[in-house]
Amino acid sequence: MQRGNYVLRKIGFALVTLAAVLVFNFLLFRILPGDPVKLIIHSPRMTREAQDRIRANFGLDKPIWLDLERLAEGDIPGTFDSQFTAYLVNLFRGDLGISFATRRDVSELLAERVWRTVVLVMGANVLAILIGMAAGLVAAWRRGSRLDTGILLAALFSWALPTFFLGIILLILARGRLPIAGMVTPGLKPADGLTYWLDVGKHLILPTITMAIVYTGEYILIMRSSVMEVLSEDFILAAKAKGLPTLRVLRDHALKNAMLPMVTIIALTLGYTVGGAIQVETVFSWPGIGRLMYEAVQKRDYPVLQGAFLLLAVSVIIANLLADLLYSILDPRVKAE
Amino acid sequence: MEPIRKFFLSPMGAIGSLMLLSVVVMAVFAPVIAPYNPYERVQVTPEDILAPPDRSHLLGRDDAGKDVLSQLIYGARVSLTVGFAASFMSMVIGTSVGVTAGYFGGRIGNLLMRVADFLMVIPDLPLMLVIIAVMGRGLWNIVLVIGLLSWTYTARLVRSQVLSVKERQFVLRARALGASSWRIIWRHILPQVLPLIIAQAVLDISVAILAESSLAFLGLGDPMLVSWGMMLNFAFERALSRQAWWFLLPPGFAIVWISLALVLIGHRLEEIVNPRLRTHHLFNASRMVALLVGGGVGQQPATE
Repeated sequence: MQRGNYVLRKIGFALVTLAAVLVFNFLLFRILPGDPVKLIIHSPRMTREAQDRIRANFGLDKPIWLDLERLAEGDIPGTFDSQFTAYLVNLFRGDLGISFATRRDVSELLAERVWRTVVLVMGANVLAILIGMAAGLVAAWRRGSRLDTGILLAALFSWALPTFFLGIILLILARGRLPIAGMVTPGLKPADGLTYWLDVGKHLILPTITMAIVYTGEYILIMRSSVMEVLSEDFILAAKAKGLPTLRVLRDHALKNAMLPMVTIIALTLGYTVGGAIQVETVFSWPGIGRLMYEAVQKRDYPVLQGAFLLLAVSVIIANLLADLLYSILDPRVKAE
Repeated sequence: MEPIRKFFLSPMGAIGSLMLLSVVVMAVFAPVIAPYNPYERVQVTPEDILAPPDRSHLLGRDDAGKDVLSQLIYGARVSLTVGFAASFMSMVIGTSVGVTAGYFGGRIGNLLMRVADFLMVIPDLPLMLVIIAVMGRGLWNIVLVIGLLSWTYTARLVRSQVLSVKERQFVLRARALGASSWRIIWRHILPQVLPLIIAQAVLDISVAILAESSLAFLGLGDPMLVSWGMMLNFAFERALSRQAWWFLLPPGFAIVWISLALVLIGHRLEEIVNPRLRTHHLFNASRMVALLVGGGVGQQPATE
């Protein structure tokens, strides 16, 4: 298969996934018994105008998917005048609705918080990947030794740790030494940029470490089994037999070949780490998307919940697509296949 | 019986099993072991709120004046129920999908694997969070959501195994003798794949337990039941500033205990049943010589 073909297939998959997420999001929040739009529209606290605005905005008087009556009349464009279309149109205009709790635009709320989560997830992931790959490589190489057992046990332990509980433990331990809540020290004069960003950096330390510890275990396990599989290949035997020093075999033959599956797995794990971000942000009151979701759950703030989920899902889909494309550049076999 | 002995004689397998057993005993005999019934209403005085441990309440009391130890013991029931039920569900779905895709292939098989890919990409905790938040947080809703969303790994595993097993001699022979697909799958393929499925299912139990406790910690546990995640949620929201460690730490350690037990068991099982993980070429020099002289990796007995 040619690379162009591979790339097209991956883009196609990403688009289908994206469409499925959009439909799912629409279904979950609009059709199911707990339909929040119906809930608010029947709320006695709403004024008549507000109700009408919502009705028009969501197209509630229209059919859900397609207007079959108008199709029968031969009115093709009119067929698509439905609730689902209204939902899509609102989405593409960047209109994710208004938060029940704060009365602010959901897209605005998300935009101001998204970078805080990105910084957290990225930092923790880079740390976890570096440590995890190094430890996994060493463990696989020294398979069965005490060092391997130690690394393996540490990895299994960190894998079994609930993120939120590790966060609470670190929070208790670090109390008084490091900032444990929020993004900036309250009352800090943002006189100049540097002190402000240093303060933010300090607040980032604990959440980042918590997430990194939990995900390092995962990466160690994956790297260890990936390297172990490569090490049992015949070309390693050949490399060893022709007298290459062990370290070179590890670096040039084992590491390089074990790296490839890692790229895919890191991308897939990203969806999983985003879930960790919700827990970490909740524990440390880090004002990102995760904390927003936690608060939205507490207050049953459905528009925020829906918007935040959509944002997370779409970012993870895009990250996966990028990883697949990167894979096609790194692995020459994709071209030759 | 060799693999079973190998499992229980290894420290990881033995310790993991004992840890799991302790929680199972706790869950089954909760009414006998627990000093109080956490579902009973209690009369509380202000001093009872977050009272530190004493002789009649070994782990102190929570923010509602209830005995923490009793809640901890009863909480094992929720974790085990969700863990086993959700994992069983994902095992059944994952195996069916994997066999369909691997053995029959075709359009339906392809479609099912695309669905698996799709579920793998979507971030699972946020997805569970929105579904539970909208559909309600009953215990079986939680089991259903976790079970329906976590079969993808099993499906992939089973599919790749079935793909290789179905080309093996004994399967081809059975087919030549006119055995039906159903019979080939049940009698010849599944027994070969089963050990791997079980190892994966054990790991899935721990994943399900962690997912349930994360949901409960985020305020989406079954409100009618006492669970470890919910205890932590209450402790975190209401007892952190009071430094009530007796309320905060035990449920957390309980979750770590049970998930570590399952991870140890699952990992050890996987090591035993997945022969590819047994040996490699850089292990040590004397083995290398033995390999080269003895010829062929296949004949090399695993040294464990």
